[in-house]
Amino acid sequence: MDILDTARRTASPAAGNAMTSEMLDTHRIRLTARDVTVHYGTKQALHGISIDIPSHAVTSFIGPSGCGKSTFLRCINRMNDTIEGAKVGGTIKLDGEDIYDPSLDVVELRARIGMVFQKPNPFPKSIFDNVAYGPRIHGLAQSKADLDEIVHLSLRRAGLWEEVKDRLSEPGTGLSGGQQQRLCIARAIAVSPEVILMDEPCSALDPIATAIIEELIDELRENFTIVIVTHSMQQAARVSQKTAFFHLGKLIEEGNTSDIFTNPVHKQTQDYITGRIG
Amino acid sequence: MNSLVVAALLLVLLGVAYSSGWSRSRALAGGGVKVHSRPQYHASYVAIWAMVPALLILGLWAFFGTGLTYNYLLAQIPPDTLSTLDPAALLLTVRRIEALASGYGAAGTVQAFEQAAAEALRTFQFMTFAGVVGLAAIAGFGALAYARSRITARQRARNAVERVIGIVLIACSAVAILTTLGIVVSLATEAFRFFTFIHPFDFFFGTVWAPDNAGGIEHPGKYGLIPLLVGTLMITAIAMLVAVPVGLMAAIYLSQYAPRQLRAVAKPAIEILAGIPTIVFGFFALVTVGPFLRDAGNAVGLSINATSALTAGVVMGIMIIPFVSSLSDDILNQVPRSLRDGAYGLGATQSETIRNVLLPAALPGIVGAFLLAVSRAIGETMIVVLAAGNSPVLRGNPFEPVATITVSIVNQLTGDTDFAGPQSLVGFALGLTLFVITLGLNIFALYIVRRFREQYE
Amino acid sequence: MTDAVSPSGTAPSARTLAIRASLRRRHLVEGLFRALGLAAIILALGFVTLLFADVLRKGVPAFMQSNLHLTVTFDPEVIDVGPAPARNTFTSEAEYSAASLKWQRDVALLNWNKIVETALREAAPAGTEIDTRQLLTVAETNARHQIREAFVADPSLLGRSVEIDVLASANADNWIKGNIDRALGDAQQQLSPAARALIDGFVADGTITTGFAWAVLTNTDSRAAPAAAGLLGAFFGSLWMMLIVIVLAVPIGVASAIYLEEFAPKSRLTDFIEVNINNLAAVPSIVFGLLGAAVFINYLHLPISAPIVGGLVLTLMTLPTIIIATRGALLGVSPALRQAALGMGASKTQMVFHHVLPVTFPSILTATILGVAHALGETAPLLLIGMKAFVASVPVSPLDQATALPVQIYLWQGNENRNFFEPRTAAAIMVLLAFMIVLNGIAIYLRSRLEKRA
Repeated sequence: MDILDTARRTASPAAGNAMTSEMLDTHRIRLTARDVTVHYGTKQALHGISIDIPSHAVTSFIGPSGCGKSTFLRCINRMNDTIEGAKVGGTIKLDGEDIYDPSLDVVELRARIGMVFQKPNPFPKSIFDNVAYGPRIHGLAQSKADLDEIVHLSLRRAGLWEEVKDRLSEPGTGLSGGQQQRLCIARAIAVSPEVILMDEPCSALDPIATAIIEELIDELRENFTIVIVTHSMQQAARVSQKTAFFHLGKLIEEGNTSDIFTNPVHKQTQDYITGRIG
Repeated sequence: MNSLVVAALLLVLLGVAYSSGWSRSRALAGGGVKVHSRPQYHASYVAIWAMVPALLILGLWAFFGTGLTYNYLLAQIPPDTLSTLDPAALLLTVRRIEALASGYGAAGTVQAFEQAAAEALRTFQFMTFAGVVGLAAIAGFGALAYARSRITARQRARNAVERVIGIVLIACSAVAILTTLGIVVSLATEAFRFFTFIHPFDFFFGTVWAPDNAGGIEHPGKYGLIPLLVGTLMITAIAMLVAVPVGLMAAIYLSQYAPRQLRAVAKPAIEILAGIPTIVFGFFALVTVGPFLRDAGNAVGLSINATSALTAGVVMGIMIIPFVSSLSDDILNQVPRSLRDGAYGLGATQSETIRNVLLPAALPGIVGAFLLAVSRAIGETMIVVLAAGNSPVLRGNPFEPVATITVSIVNQLTGDTDFAGPQSLVGFALGLTLFVITLGLNIFALYIVRRFREQYE
Repeated sequence: MTDAVSPSGTAPSARTLAIRASLRRRHLVEGLFRALGLAAIILALGFVTLLFADVLRKGVPAFMQSNLHLTVTFDPEVIDVGPAPARNTFTSEAEYSAASLKWQRDVALLNWNKIVETALREAAPAGTEIDTRQLLTVAETNARHQIREAFVADPSLLGRSVEIDVLASANADNWIKGNIDRALGDAQQQLSPAARALIDGFVADGTITTGFAWAVLTNTDSRAAPAAAGLLGAFFGSLWMMLIVIVLAVPIGVASAIYLEEFAPKSRLTDFIEVNINNLAAVPSIVFGLLGAAVFINYLHLPISAPIVGGLVLTLMTLPTIIIATRGALLGVSPALRQAALGMGASKTQMVFHHVLPVTFPSILTATILGVAHALGETAPLLLIGMKAFVASVPVSPLDQATALPVQIYLWQGNENRNFFEPRTAAAIMVLLAFMIVLNGIAIYLRSRLEKRA
């Protein structure tokens, strides 16, 4: 009880702040991408993507598989750096700062822009250590108590605390698929990133687990800027405020989710959301 | 001449059988009937039928023919002459008669009985050869005719031929099993014979190794395993101290950091080490590494023997590097990419990802790889024979010469000994010990590696 | 700590500062770790280079050897023997060969050293004072056999003088090359001062020249005449064993892999066979030697020191490697190909032999050659089946006594004339490695050829 109280106390000011800042500038732009291209060797995967991503909202990227939506997502925290032969052009700015600036430290960047992957990928460590990993490497906790608190809070925000609080020392790989994915989300938010990228986070999960995660995403919007790639238009419609439609490596159309789904401008978008392509 | 005739017979038999089976099958097919098997199967079917009895007869003759001929020859020597001949003289007489029979002739005066025996032998050899070849031909062609007569449209020649192929395949697979069985049985029986001379307790727990190779059964000497075991483990430990850090770090660098071009060059270059015969490493240890270590030791005031546990261990470690690095490389590459992405996504640096995520995930597999390397080091022979100094004394100083299990096997078993006394039989007791240790390590290691692979499949 | 939202665009938050504070240390660790990895690579590659450089440095000079040019006089007073028997004066082949052997024995009993000595004295500068024993240490001991064989081959040489090249002795070769320290005192030198002076004179006047050491490649091993010791016998011993391994291990290995991978029902038994084969691949080679000694020699009474036994032992040793590699190759064939073949109405046997096996042929071939190359370098099991006996002849059948290249290396490194045999051992290693490189080269070439075609 005591821990819970502390957690609530610590959590509430932050949540309050978020509310205020969201109210203050709902449309403040967090990320701006201009003319982003990606080449894998000689093959061009992305053609001149330009998009603005608003703060404290969920932006979803949709499109048929192979359209480049995941590739673009991985540009935002420079995960493409780890792929041999990938070359990124154009500019992406986080709060006005070019993330491809050579002087920028990619480690720091990724601490600011977290990521959740398609397949749940908990480390082969205990549940506690999975969540504590990020804070540990970044030196975010001054003491053991600090760390306990961060882990507790992150698991609670990820909606996993009640399910795992008695077995924090058990391996994370022993959880169910949906729980694993929430563990990965807890792991990502434990670093307190500003932006969370989610790459089809529900594609490996059953409908019930999917519903829980979607609900979670909606709650997280309060505190984080979220970008989600999904192949399910229903999901995009349910969780996101802004939607961008990709096709064949190009950004076809972007706008408020409600607009895109009710009143698409481009024929390709229309075809996709009515199920004619994809 | 004789083998030419036999080869010709077999070739003709094979050719006739195959083509007659073929033509018969074609004839059937030409009649508009639906034939079950294709012509080559009918042809093979007839050929197998024809070859088996012919080969069987020739094989039996090859096996028993020499003995029969010899007995016939002995019978041709007059009994009273025979009784006067000692073994050496008998051998000489037999040789002379054989030489006479072959037309080469014999030096000196040819005795009448020799001439007569040679004549008889020549006739006997011709008759039996003709008989055997004739018999083989008759059996072969008889079986050919029988098999050919069985060919009908519905006859399942393909299935019969495939059954024969199946039996051959199973027989081949049995060889590996028989090898293991042979190893276990031969080591166990000979080791058991050794234990009738030396009590197992004295062998496994004895601390003195001093076989008396000239002492016969009365004075066998002492056969305590402990000094050899300690020497083996000491060298293995040194080898692993060299091979594990270098091999593992090389694997990590090659699989995680190295640009593709460097990897393409460095990986096969390191694996060259694995292809070099161990005797070459032994020579390298003996003439280069040993003296180098001795001089280096002198320079810092350490007394290091040129042939010592250290020399053998270091060179064995070099030998094992590619073994450790390629196994670790394989295992690191099997860790799913998603785990690495997870760590990068949190902002971990590359080395943090490797140390905190990749290595723990790969740990079981890597431990398995290390155990395989240990088992290889324990069983390695030539490096130790050349560079460890062969001094079976129980001591803990790695700068002194030692002896190992493998070295002692070589020492005890390379003389032209019959396996009668404990001096040579101990080789099998040592071999059994070695086999059991390495087998245990291997089974455990392969089990771990297998579990690891299943985890990520 | 929990300020999830950093004030945008303004001063960095406490969290960001905490991260930045740790970055320097983390990047330092990163660099250190990376450097360690690179050091490991450099170390491993350094070992490879060092090993090869060491063998080459020691072995290359051994391919050059000192030759002695002598004018040999076949002095009738020394060669006091009747004419060689002629075939047509005898009634049977046996009589002729007996007489011929007797003549050769008579020839062998002559004092050929006298001939060598005379030739050496003639070559020496006038006024050289040296006793016979010391004089004869200049030429290798096989010089007299060489001269005798020249006479046996051509008895008409009697009374004539011809130029014959013989090998300088191993000790002379050491002295010329500086393999023995020239500054050592007389007591530690293998040659007497007079002999050393004579050798230096011979080198100066061109009686001794250095040429390619054909002896290493074209002679068999020799104990009495180290300078004439060569690898021919060991090479053929190895060749016989390779042949046996190829003839036995390859078909048996491929067949059993096919059975286990394609036909065997999945059962406890096949699991057991699989575990068994994997373990057999990791059994120390010396255990196979024990098996050979106990079963092939002690029980089946096959000849000791013969390539047949060595070949059989190496076959059993190589078998698991070939089985495992072939199974791997078979496993890699796409199920689509199998289904296509079965779908066309092929039987399982037809599918395997007509479709699957041809596709895997390149990998099986490569694995086989690599397995054979590995067997070629194996020493320990051969020691246990008596192949370390001294053999001075070329084995003409797999039942003859023989040694093998790696065993010859083992024997030579143990020779007491270290100064001479250390380089020659390194030369033998070069021959063995060259043999293996050729085999590996063939494997690589064939694989690239076959894969291109496929």
